[in-house]
Amino acid sequence: MTATIEAATATAGSRRFEWARHNPTIVIGSTILLCLVVLAAIAPWIAEDPLGFDPLNRLKRPSAEFPFGTDQFGRDVYSRVVYGARISLIVGVSVAVIATTIGLLIGMLCGYYRKVDAVVMRMMDGLMAIPAILLAIALITLMQASLTIVIIAISIPEIPRVVRLVRSVVLQVRGLPYIEAAIASGTRSHTIMARHILPNTVAPLIVQATYVCASAILLEAGLSFLGAGTPPEIPSWGNILSTGRSFFQISPWIIFFPGLMLAITVLAINLVGDGLRDSLDPRIARRL
Amino acid sequence: MTAYIIRRLLATIPVMVVVALFVFLLLHLTPGDPAAVIAGDDASPAEIDGIRRKLGLDRPIWEQFGIYVGNLLRGDLGTSIFSNLPVLTLVKQRLEPTLVLAVSTLVVAVAFAVPMGVLAAWKARSLIDRVVMGFSVLGFALPVFLIGYLLIYVFAIELRWLPVQGYRPLSQGLGGTARSIALPALALGMVYMALIARITRASMLEVLSEDYIRTARAKGVATGSVLLRHALKNAAVPIVTVIGIGLTLLISGVVLTETVFNIPGLGRLTVDAILKRDYPIIQGLIILFAGAKVLVNLMIDISYTFLDPRIRY
Repeated sequence: MTATIEAATATAGSRRFEWARHNPTIVIGSTILLCLVVLAAIAPWIAEDPLGFDPLNRLKRPSAEFPFGTDQFGRDVYSRVVYGARISLIVGVSVAVIATTIGLLIGMLCGYYRKVDAVVMRMMDGLMAIPAILLAIALITLMQASLTIVIIAISIPEIPRVVRLVRSVVLQVRGLPYIEAAIASGTRSHTIMARHILPNTVAPLIVQATYVCASAILLEAGLSFLGAGTPPEIPSWGNILSTGRSFFQISPWIIFFPGLMLAITVLAINLVGDGLRDSLDPRIARRL
Repeated sequence: MTAYIIRRLLATIPVMVVVALFVFLLLHLTPGDPAAVIAGDDASPAEIDGIRRKLGLDRPIWEQFGIYVGNLLRGDLGTSIFSNLPVLTLVKQRLEPTLVLAVSTLVVAVAFAVPMGVLAAWKARSLIDRVVMGFSVLGFALPVFLIGYLLIYVFAIELRWLPVQGYRPLSQGLGGTARSIALPALALGMVYMALIARITRASMLEVLSEDYIRTARAKGVATGSVLLRHALKNAAVPIVTVIGIGLTLLISGVVLTETVFNIPGLGRLTVDAILKRDYPIIQGLIILFAGAKVLVNLMIDISYTFLDPRIRY
């Protein structure tokens, strides 16, 4: 009782502080992410040309002039890593938006219309059986590699997972009395879906989107590392890692700095995801 | 039980048909002439024509699919464009390193992660628990190539305990193989360990709060026995599920790990095929990896009925 009164009388500021204290992972994760977004946004002011060749300064150790060293073409690894943040963030966010939007649409239709469900879910099962990295590789090799193709190729293997999630929510909600009531009172199907079912999918979808974003960033880096991802002239973290591969023993810094940034970014996104999951779905939080 | 296994086996057929259809259509969904895509940018019209005839791309599409599925059923995964060898032969040559890597990773990960999870659940909210949970969050974020290169740097370049890269086949002695596969298995196993440790902890926590655990403790059963015989056994179903899920995740990891450690396995075969645009190999490997994934899922489902006799379908 006292707690309620206290909460009610507390100022907005201290309430916000309370929320932050209970969700430390979201605060830490989103702070790191915010820094990364700022870094990516101000890249032209804090970094040199990421493509600038400098034959005199090949494979230089990290120093005051080149904080992260240089690669075999004398390109500044620091500048490349800063610009690479742009690519990773673009890929992560785009894939998360594309995969969740398409997955939401297909999942809603599957959960609501049983006939669609049988056919589409078989297709999704087949798609899910193919390892994401191979599916993406196959799609990219066939098309002319570009950032857009990479984003599409990474989105496709992520879609079935979103579809399964949305479908399970729809199936759960469909059986509830208020949906029956809506059907009985003659509400049209698309209104039921948009007004009564869609809101239930939002919370799990947001959590799923963060995980899709993290896995997309890792997948893009992996594909580029293998030489089958983002075109090599674009300084993505995966491409920097890929150029560092053959010189690893003499210049390990070309691999370590982009690798570290990748790990920090994915960690930050996962922290936000875990925090959101715990605060949006207390049932799962208790289990994990 | 037998009826369930048969039903579950039959259910894999539509999945594999969809995979085959998808892999088949991959070539035809591309903008432009698939033969020209395979031939590359600087191929002459005659070369393109040769590839078209070799792959049967000049026939009606439904006929092509029929032939493709027929070949698959006979175990013919196609023929490499460059080496002219059957894809299955190439796969057999490269199978050993990949299998050794996958099995070692599985063993290493389970051997570390399950005790970690059990310990964390037993000492819940202690320092050990926090360390294990921290590791399981971190493990998901560390890309396999970063861990791989870090391990090479520390254990092979600085300490010189283990070889930097490469693979020694089993025929040259188990010791050499073990030394060459230790770092790759550890690097690849990290994500996997994080996953298994997390689920083991969660599942154990749930079981440890059950009444029969309290009863066992009250009647004086030793702690080790309570944890392993009473708790872990009953916590096994989610753990086995996640080991299976992890096994399927491992497939993507294998491709990257083999590249980092220069292991001539199926992953390298895939990457080399990409660089040469040897499409039949990529198609064959997708079918093979998808088949492996479906098989693993099938085995997990069947293992439930042994692990938990209450599960009946």
